[in-house]
Amino acid sequence: MSDLASAAVERVYREHRTRMLAALVRALGDFELAEDALQEACSQALRKWPRSQVPDDPFAWLLTVARNHALDRLRHAQMARTKLPAPPAPITMTEKQLVDLGDERLSLIFTCCHPALAEDARLALTLQAVAGFTAAQIARTFLVAEPALAQRLVRAKRKIRDAGITFEVPADHLLPERLQGVLGVLYLIFTRGYTTADASLRQEALRLGRLVAALMPDEPEAHGLVALMLLHDSRSAARLTADGDLVLFEDQDRTLWNADEISEGMALLDRALRFGSPGPYVLHAVIAALHVQDPVDWARVAALYAELLAVAPTPVVELNHAVAVAMTEGPPAGLELIDRITGLDSYHLLHSTRADLLRRLGRRSEAVEAYRLAHDLATTPADRRFLAGRLRSLEVS
Amino acid sequence: MHYMFLIYNCEDRPRPGDPRFEEILTRVNAFADECRRRGAFVAGDPLKPVTTATTLRVRDGKALLTDGPFAETHEHLGGYYLLDCRDLDEALELAAMVPQAHFGSTIEVRPVDHIPGLNHGVA
Repeated sequence: MSDLASAAVERVYREHRTRMLAALVRALGDFELAEDALQEACSQALRKWPRSQVPDDPFAWLLTVARNHALDRLRHAQMARTKLPAPPAPITMTEKQLVDLGDERLSLIFTCCHPALAEDARLALTLQAVAGFTAAQIARTFLVAEPALAQRLVRAKRKIRDAGITFEVPADHLLPERLQGVLGVLYLIFTRGYTTADASLRQEALRLGRLVAALMPDEPEAHGLVALMLLHDSRSAARLTADGDLVLFEDQDRTLWNADEISEGMALLDRALRFGSPGPYVLHAVIAALHVQDPVDWARVAALYAELLAVAPTPVVELNHAVAVAMTEGPPAGLELIDRITGLDSYHLLHSTRADLLRRLGRRSEAVEAYRLAHDLATTPADRRFLAGRLRSLEVS
Repeated sequence: MHYMFLIYNCEDRPRPGDPRFEEILTRVNAFADECRRRGAFVAGDPLKPVTTATTLRVRDGKALLTDGPFAETHEHLGGYYLLDCRDLDEALELAAMVPQAHFGSTIEVRPVDHIPGLNHGVA
């Protein structure tokens, strides 16, 4: 019975953790209090369920116990005048209202990605509150010390409570911009998983993207992001050799690409395109879709990057545009565009792209210089090994 | 919830008679009207330039005065608004509408704290 009970607690927690946390944050107006309360409810369940029966509705049981525990804590804190601050609004939600609240996960995601929080705090908070990562896992993922990461999470949660960041999906007039912010956080999580070859992080970003797309089915950009992540992810097995060395796009073994992810991505992209007037993520996904065609239509890729530059200009998009132009019009045209980019001086890909174009133009000493700069700026061992190899081959030739 | 908007770097404001004075005054007044329409306006004032500032510290019970502002920075506090907003989103929406922000000022938005037992404060 005891094993059955703990298995039941674990199952409810695994399946419904995010929903329960979201409902509790909504009811209590305080992240830390909600997390503590949910933890306490789970440990009570582990103690009590073996002795009686697993309740008919374990979800409601846990929520109710958590709410009552939080109320007790607040009452005690008030009587003892301890430091536990009162939540911004008095807790008026009844047990029944709490259980009937419905799905608040979207509110949770928007709150974690609020633009008044620093970007690294948004990433960490989303991974912790929505994805259920521990602080230790997040610290490892972002190569920061765990105490510093834990401190960052606490600060973000207190800012949400104390600065009046409301726990809800933003109003219609703020929604387009805020949704881009949410999708941006998910895409950063994905690209972190891409550059560090961390498949589980990429899968988590995909899962969160699918969740947002399912909760906001009329937002083409959400579908566009999922399509984009799928199309990139489909190539991850071909991107690195067994030894972890980088394989350039044109040298990749296409049989290693994941056909299921490609077809799912294509289907989602089709759906997103039917809404018309594509936004940045849909455009990025169309570009990613063109990359899995053989041969790649570089002229269309260049035209799409130009379109992206019109709606969401960034230096990285400028760089990608220059690469596509170099593919269709030749290295000099690409080089000219690259030399006009500002703000990417410390980005290794800018220098490695320049180096590659200079090499193709036979300007060897300039190419060596650019490869050296790229090598020194690269952050992953795979990138550095690749660039060191390029340097060696140029220096001996 | 009350929010304090601290407006930095707005000391080069035009004076009466300057060519842009009327235009800017109209915009600043229109902003206050919008805040009143929403029921958000509590207070708001420009401050005289930092050259008028005196900084005071008490050490060993004695007041020590310094001529000038507290912080040695280029961006000085030049004015404030105190607004009653629904949440941070409304505060940030109003902050983006502050006319001074469109003339190069920086705006720091800070929620006003509530301390039990404090016998004053508009919050």
